[in-house]
Amino acid sequence: MKKEEVPVLETKNLGISFGGLKAVNDVNMQIYPGELIGLIGPNGAGKTTIFNLITGIYKPTEGSYFLCGKRMNGLSTHQVVAEGIARTFQNIRLFKKMSVLDNVRVAFNKNMKTTLAGSILRTPFFWKEEEETTKKAMELLRLFHLEGFANENAENLPYGKQRLLEIARALATDMKILLLDEPAAGMNPVETAELKDSIRMLREEFKIPILLIEHDMSLVMSICERIYVLNFGEILASGTPEEIASNKDVIEAYLGKEDELEGGETSAEG
Amino acid sequence: MAKFIQSLINGLNLGSVYALTALGYTMVYGIIRMINFAHGDFIMVGGFTLFYTIPVMRAMGLPLWFSVFAAIAVCVVVGVLTEQIAYKPVRGQGSTTALITALGMSLILENGALVVFGSAPRNVSPMFDLPTLKFGPVSTPGTTILTLVIGIVVMILLMVFIKNTKLGAAMRAVPEDKIASTLVGVNVNHIITATFAIGSGLAAVASMMYTTSYVSIKNEMGITLGLKAFVAAVLGGIGSIPGAMLGGLMLGIIEIMVKVYMLPGAYEAVTYLILIIVLLVKPSGLMGKNISEKV
Repeated sequence: MKKEEVPVLETKNLGISFGGLKAVNDVNMQIYPGELIGLIGPNGAGKTTIFNLITGIYKPTEGSYFLCGKRMNGLSTHQVVAEGIARTFQNIRLFKKMSVLDNVRVAFNKNMKTTLAGSILRTPFFWKEEEETTKKAMELLRLFHLEGFANENAENLPYGKQRLLEIARALATDMKILLLDEPAAGMNPVETAELKDSIRMLREEFKIPILLIEHDMSLVMSICERIYVLNFGEILASGTPEEIASNKDVIEAYLGKEDELEGGETSAEG
Repeated sequence: MAKFIQSLINGLNLGSVYALTALGYTMVYGIIRMINFAHGDFIMVGGFTLFYTIPVMRAMGLPLWFSVFAAIAVCVVVGVLTEQIAYKPVRGQGSTTALITALGMSLILENGALVVFGSAPRNVSPMFDLPTLKFGPVSTPGTTILTLVIGIVVMILLMVFIKNTKLGAAMRAVPEDKIASTLVGVNVNHIITATFAIGSGLAAVASMMYTTSYVSIKNEMGITLGLKAFVAAVLGGIGSIPGAMLGGLMLGIIEIMVKVYMLPGAYEAVTYLILIIVLLVKPSGLMGKNISEKV
C-alpha cells in the first residue's frame, strides 16, 4: 500500500440507514492509484448499497466519501460521474434498443463543448465534435473486441459481450475510478476468462483503480491486490487475498467450511 | 383524378402541420411519460409572433419569412419556461398531476392570449410570394408545396439529429433507463429542457406552415390543433418519432379525403373516431412498441 499518496477513493465512516435499519455502517475504505480492490461479502451484506452511496443514487446518512481528496456527499449522480466515478450494474443496464456504438457515445459527456443551440444549428464545430466522439467510441469498442457489433442493437449481443459493453460504456465517461458490480455474474468459464483479460487490459491501458464486487471467489482471489470483506453492512476484514483467505472471522462469516477455503487458496496460487 | 391529387396535396399539407405538432407531443411523452396538452397552444403563440413580427420585417426591409426565427425563439422560450415553472415542480408526482397541470397550462396560455390579443381572429400576412403551380389539371399554391417541403425537411433533420448525434442518443437513452443514463453522466434535466426546446421550436415551424395555408389565427386555435396532433401521435404510436410523422400525415390525408369525398361536415368526428378505434384495437399505435406501460 502506498500510504503517502492521496487515495483516489476514500470513504470515512460511511453509512446509511433505511428507516432505522443500518444497511451500511461505519465503512472506511481507501483505494489508491492503480489498485484493484475486491469488495466481497455474503448476499445482502450491503455491497451494492455502497456502490449506490458512492455514485449518488443513495445519500449517505452518516460519514462522507472523497474522490482524490474532494468531498462528494450530496452530489447528484450525473455530477458524481462528471467528477470521475463510473460504474457498471449487477443486472446489466444497457440501453437495449440503441446500437452498441450509441451506448458508448452517449457516455461521452465530459469535455463536450457544444451547447444545445450549437447542436440544433449544427455548427461545423458541432459536427467535428460528433465525429470525434464516434471515433473515440469506436476505439473503446475495439479494446473490448466489440467493434464488429457497433451497429447492432445492444440487446442482440451475447451475454458476456453485453457485460463488456457496459464496462466500455463506463470507461467512456472518462473516469478516475471504475466500480464493477459483479461483472462475472452469470458468465460461463470462457466469458469469465475473457473478462479477466479485459480487466487486465483495462489496468494496463488506463492505469485506473478498480473497485470490484464479485462472487466468483477464484476471480477475486486471483486478480485483486487487496480485499474488503463486508458483513451485515460493516467491514469485517481487509487485507491481501492471502490474509483474507486465512482470516478466521471471514471464514466463519463468509467462506464457510475449511475445504472451500482451500479451493480458494489453490486458485489464488494459480 | 385531378381532384384526388389535389386533395392528396392538401392532405399532406395539413398532415405535415399535424406531424410537426405531433412530434412535440411524442418527444415529450417519450422522455417523461407526460402528455403536454399545452403543446397545441405553443402553435398559437407562434402564430401571434408571426402576426406581429411580419410587419416589423417588412418595415426593416428584411425577407418576411425571417419572422419564423422570431417565432422559433418565442416558442422555445415559452416552451422551456412552461417546463421549468409548471412541469418541473410536479415531476415525479404521478401522471394525473402532470396531466392536470398541462391542461391548466393550456388554459393559462389560451386565456392569457385572450387578455393580450383579444378574441377576434387575425389574418397573418403571407410570408412568401410564390406563383400558383400548375401540373396539368392540378393547380396548387406554390406556398403549399413550399411549406410541405419545409415540413418534410425539418422532420428528416430531426430524425437525423435523434439518430446520429450524441444529444439525440441521450434523448433515446433517458426513456430507456433513467438511472443508467445519469450513471453515464447524462444530466436528465438538461435532456428534458432540450426536448421541450426542440418540441416548441417544431411548434413554431408548424405555426408558420399553418398560417401560410390557413391564414387566420385566434387565441383558441391551439386546442383543436393540439387535440388532433395528439390523435396523430396516438395513431402513430405515442413516443415514436417516425410514428408521429406517419400518424400526422395519415390523419391530414384522411381528414381531407373525408371532407372532399364523404362527409364534409363530419370530418372531425372521423378524427376522434380514429382515436377511439386505435385505443380499443391497438393502443400502442402503428409504430409503437407493443408493451404495456411499466409501473
